[in-house]
Amino acid sequence: MTNVTRNNGALSALLGSKSNIHVNRRWALFASYACLIVFVIFFLCPPFYMLVTSLKTNAEIANLATNPWLIEQGVTTEHYSHLLTETAFLTYFKNTVIVAFFVVAITMVVSVLAAYALSRLGFWGSGVMATGVFLVYLVPDSLLFIPLFNIVGGLGLLNSYWVLVLVYPTLTVPFCTWIMIGYFASIPKELDEAALIDGANHMQMLLKVFIPVALPGLIAATIFAFTVSWASFLYPLAYIYSDNQMVLTVGTVTTLIKGDVFHWGGLMAGALLAAAPPVILYAFLMDYYIAGLTSGATKG
Amino acid sequence: MANVSLTNLHKSFDRTEAVCGINLEIADNEFVVLVGPSGCGKSTTLRMIAGLEEITEGDIRIGGGLVNDVPPKDRNIAMVFQNYALYPHMTVFQNMSFGLRLRKYPKDEIQRLVGDAAEVLGITELLQRRPKQLSGGQRQRVAMGRAIVRNPQVFLFDEPLSNLDAKLRGQMRIEIKRVHQHLKTTTVYVTHDQVEAMTLADRVVVMNNGLIEQVGTPSELYHQPKTHFVAGFIGSPAMNFLNCKLFKDSGSLAVSVGDILKLQMPADRNTRYEPYLGRDLVLGIRPEHVHEKRAGNEVQTEVKVNFIEPLGMETMVYFTVNGVELCGRVSPEADPRPGQTAVLSFDAGKSHLIDPETNQVL
Repeated sequence: MTNVTRNNGALSALLGSKSNIHVNRRWALFASYACLIVFVIFFLCPPFYMLVTSLKTNAEIANLATNPWLIEQGVTTEHYSHLLTETAFLTYFKNTVIVAFFVVAITMVVSVLAAYALSRLGFWGSGVMATGVFLVYLVPDSLLFIPLFNIVGGLGLLNSYWVLVLVYPTLTVPFCTWIMIGYFASIPKELDEAALIDGANHMQMLLKVFIPVALPGLIAATIFAFTVSWASFLYPLAYIYSDNQMVLTVGTVTTLIKGDVFHWGGLMAGALLAAAPPVILYAFLMDYYIAGLTSGATKG
Repeated sequence: MANVSLTNLHKSFDRTEAVCGINLEIADNEFVVLVGPSGCGKSTTLRMIAGLEEITEGDIRIGGGLVNDVPPKDRNIAMVFQNYALYPHMTVFQNMSFGLRLRKYPKDEIQRLVGDAAEVLGITELLQRRPKQLSGGQRQRVAMGRAIVRNPQVFLFDEPLSNLDAKLRGQMRIEIKRVHQHLKTTTVYVTHDQVEAMTLADRVVVMNNGLIEQVGTPSELYHQPKTHFVAGFIGSPAMNFLNCKLFKDSGSLAVSVGDILKLQMPADRNTRYEPYLGRDLVLGIRPEHVHEKRAGNEVQTEVKVNFIEPLGMETMVYFTVNGVELCGRVSPEADPRPGQTAVLSFDAGKSHLIDPETNQVL
């Protein structure tokens, strides 16, 4: 009888601790959702404001008495049509796509080869060089653009979007190399040894084993390179002056801000359209991006 | 198929010498196991044979040809790794055929070779799966399949069963033995598990501190160890060691362990042991040679049992003699109890004497 009572006591203590776990978990979930909702609202405010403003008439935008978060005087697409038909927005878009494409291509080729060499070939000084690559990334572009101005000026590349194809990799290659070094380091050494014994040379090993295995890291690096080349403002502002060579970031601003007159509707429409490609890219590849950035954080 | 020859092989990592000059001849079709504790240089030796580590000094010959500077892919070897090293993005078929595809084999030849290898290993139905969809044992089979599909001169196994549970390890041991009997390819197998070494090998190479301690058949190593290390390393539970003194006892030789134990040595060892008369030596005796009282003229002694390990078909008894804990193996019917005394017999004829200065078995 005593045993039964003791067992019941132990059971109820166990159940009690289980229900405590449930209550704690529920509170943790509640707190998590509350924080997430605050974050989502905070971060969605700017794009929502952009969308609302881009669909308002100029009169409503200028009227300070109206609610800036609501469209009260009717929806209009005039800013979009103005942007697409009466400005060089599509030229900027095309230039940005060309720049982004080449920057991503150059970055990925250079950084994948560099990361493979630094992480796997084990030559003298490779460890120091790998650290050096990351340190290079820490130098801000606001420090680099003046000396780079001299260099690209000397090369006769000023006022051409090809200058961006040349200088953006100075930002993207170090970071992407660093991401790829981390990713390659997480691939077991036995995999390349198995490939070596199977008869692969280094290039075959890279193409047939490393790149497919490190695909999430590769995608993360690609997204980073794309984002930098798509959204950078300082370099195009410093190096490009002509409308037909402009990219989206600077082109939209210089076209839609005339002196002290801000065409807010057009600016917001331009910003929304310019942000669309990265958003779409992120939406499709977010899982790979996160996997790529967090690789090696835990034992695989 | 080919023989493998290691001559005065050295390997240093910075100032640390991992392999300190080993010589070994592995015959064609032979299954040789390199065994030893962690850091003894067995894996480094295997990796040097594979070409994955550069040789600091010495020569490696495969099939008579010097391969010191030959890259791994041109040595016509295949290797199975401890963690399988399967390409995770490829199917089993692609994994097994990777080497053949790199060597530009015709497609129908690849199909045939992979099919044959898969059949030998019983993995035909897994060919379209990816490694993550396989169990540990299946992955190890695929790793073996990738090795045998190329029909190499030499198979190299680097602790291939270490990641498997005990039951699967037993099954895969049989599988490896079966594959070797079927293909008869020269095999060098590295393990720290002496059971694997004893059950698989034609010959076992015991390594310690970068040197070969002894090379021999499993039976030779077990019954005629040449060094203190081999005597202690081979066998589970390990051999018992006791400090002893050799003396002459009414015309024959005997050893005494303090005042507690006196063992008469077999007469046929007299000439071997005579030079060590009066010397402090180490007596080595395996647990199965310390057992319950039986008919015969073995030395019996009464001991106090510290604890027991009942294993079903036998019971291991632990007791202390002269301050050293020893292990004996008795039948379950003897029913030893911890804390109680038991009379145990020491089979002196199966014991070994070791010179503590040279660590050689006399």
